[in-house]
Amino acid sequence: MNFEFLFNNLPELTITGLAFGAIYALVALGYTMVYGVLQLINFAHSEVFMYGTFAMLWTVMALNGAEADGVKLIAILIAALFASMLMSAVIALILERVAYRPLIKRDAPRLIALISAIGASFVLAELMGLRDKVAEWLGLDDNFSEYVSGARINNSMAGVLEKPRFEVAGVSISSIDVIVIVAAVGMMILLDQFVRRSRLGKGIRATAQDPETASLMGVNPTRTIQVTFLIGGIMAGIAAFLYMLKIETTRFDVGFLLGVKAFTAAVLGGIGNLRGALLGGLVLGVAENWGSALFGTEWRDVIAFVLLVLILLVRPTGLLGESLGKARA
Amino acid sequence: MKNKLTGLPKPVKILLWVLLALFAYALPLLEPPIISTPGVDFGGVLFTVSIYCLVALGLNIVVGYAGLLDLGYVGFYAIGAYTVAILTSFHANWPLLLAIPVGVVAAMVSGVLLGAPTLRVRGDYLAIVTLGFGEIIRLVAVNTEWLGDTRGIKNIAKPPSLGGEEGWFQLPHLFWGDGTVLLDTEDKTKFLFFGVLDQIPYYWMGLTAVIIVLLADILIKNSRVGRAWEATREDEDAAELMGVPTFKFKLLAFATGAFVGGLAGGLYASRQGFINPQSFLLLFSILYLAAVVVGGQGNRWGVLVGATLVAYLPQRFREFDDFRVLVFGLALVVLATVRPQGLLPPRRTVRAKKLEHELEELEEGTGEEENAHA
Repeated sequence: MNFEFLFNNLPELTITGLAFGAIYALVALGYTMVYGVLQLINFAHSEVFMYGTFAMLWTVMALNGAEADGVKLIAILIAALFASMLMSAVIALILERVAYRPLIKRDAPRLIALISAIGASFVLAELMGLRDKVAEWLGLDDNFSEYVSGARINNSMAGVLEKPRFEVAGVSISSIDVIVIVAAVGMMILLDQFVRRSRLGKGIRATAQDPETASLMGVNPTRTIQVTFLIGGIMAGIAAFLYMLKIETTRFDVGFLLGVKAFTAAVLGGIGNLRGALLGGLVLGVAENWGSALFGTEWRDVIAFVLLVLILLVRPTGLLGESLGKARA
Repeated sequence: MKNKLTGLPKPVKILLWVLLALFAYALPLLEPPIISTPGVDFGGVLFTVSIYCLVALGLNIVVGYAGLLDLGYVGFYAIGAYTVAILTSFHANWPLLLAIPVGVVAAMVSGVLLGAPTLRVRGDYLAIVTLGFGEIIRLVAVNTEWLGDTRGIKNIAKPPSLGGEEGWFQLPHLFWGDGTVLLDTEDKTKFLFFGVLDQIPYYWMGLTAVIIVLLADILIKNSRVGRAWEATREDEDAAELMGVPTFKFKLLAFATGAFVGGLAGGLYASRQGFINPQSFLLLFSILYLAAVVVGGQGNRWGVLVGATLVAYLPQRFREFDDFRVLVFGLALVVLATVRPQGLLPPRRTVRAKKLEHELEELEEGTGEEENAHA
């Protein structure tokens, strides 16, 4: 165990950890909101995120982002942000329509909804993974080779963005990390206010507490569920954008591990609780980063799962899960 | 059809079951045309099917009977496989027949160790904890030198061959020509010689394990334990109030499931002769769960059908190799929406559903009748 390394680099490790955690938190929102309304694990949400990363990548490639700088680069990045938000939102809505709504209508057992979600997750990931195969059939290779080839290898957009670092009180900080943290936390605050104050947000909360009474009070459950998926998709799109800024590579199965981590974050914070998702994400990101400094990076993923088991043992409802538990009781 | 079958006298029923079992044993020698797999060794495919059946029977105890959603079942399978691998080749030279029981016990102990603290959480929380457990097992295997890290373990012991190099005797295969059936005397299976080339003896081993587990499953399901599991699944609080120590029985279900999973892992490692962490991806946990749910969780025959489909179809249709995961995913979505109870739902579920429906109609004053009067 490398305690010395951990203590010497504590501020840097914490900030990178927070940046990862912010991304987990944004994806975790999708899980936590759907769980709040439908009480089911939206297993395919990781694929919603994955499509967002590809939308970002393709937009940057299509607009020649690698050669742009200054204002043009910023414009391209904004376009990419909207592209990934749009892509993820569309995928999330399709998912709701195809894989969930028929089941909800029939009042199917919850395990079946999970199986349907797993199936949808396979389909979405494989559709992306097979795109070079399909392109070969359609003869798209020449014109669109950048977009359709090599889905099973790492698709990289490295070098599009310079990553200046600056120093604050002797601590070297990457500007990307700051952008990621600020953007994610800002979005979370906006969303929190939206859910707390707006009519739609109230509808979502009402449906989460008691769907039957909510629908008697004039909340349209189908529409509420749709909005929930839409918001979850948009947040996953933003997360995908930030992820691509920070990590710069993606592939068809990138969603899986990130999805599991994000779900861990959601459970950690208390699933169904928006503020819990933020807290859970940040805690998970920092814990992972500290842990990998301490035990070595190869143990990074183990730390997330061990942390999950430990937290559930001590607090089976998650860190902030109590309010929801009370509301349900 | 069904009534006729259940109405038969007991000796006839037993005879039918024995005939069915004999047919299952003979299947790889018969090589029936449409069923057998072109391009892939049929015996090997059948072995895979038997392992999936074993795993599905084990997982069915956890998910189907006790209603505990376990997404980390592959962890127990891995523990069984790794224990056998370590004991027979990597750190010791035990005979396989000694290593498999140890592997099974190791899996069972890990089931208790995982279950004792985590079975307090319910439903989806349990799903995610077990998922974490499966991943922890795999990642530990990846990162631990002592377990052969990513390279895995080679030269795992095979079962002892009876009757030496040639086996006890040799069995010819059938050969299906154009409209004729011939006895292929060139292609023979050595009875109970566990070599590299011929997979059929391994299939027989797997099938025997499936039959034994199946018999044990029938006994345990019809016992007090089985009823306690089902009571816990249907309504945990009510079961607790009626004096069922639910925690104890849930733990027992976990341990029993892990027992069978460890056995399947041990047999798999022995046939394969080689394992690495790639054999224990989370994907397999999900495939196993799919096998259980597709067949109809809680119904052992349904589960066997589901496992057979999940294991066999991708091997049979190798032409669609690249698309099989896609097709599999589509099939899961379609099945979930079209037949939410699985292909063969257990009778009790069907009955309960019907009763619930009737009660609902009574409570709501049968809307249909009112319409008829109006």
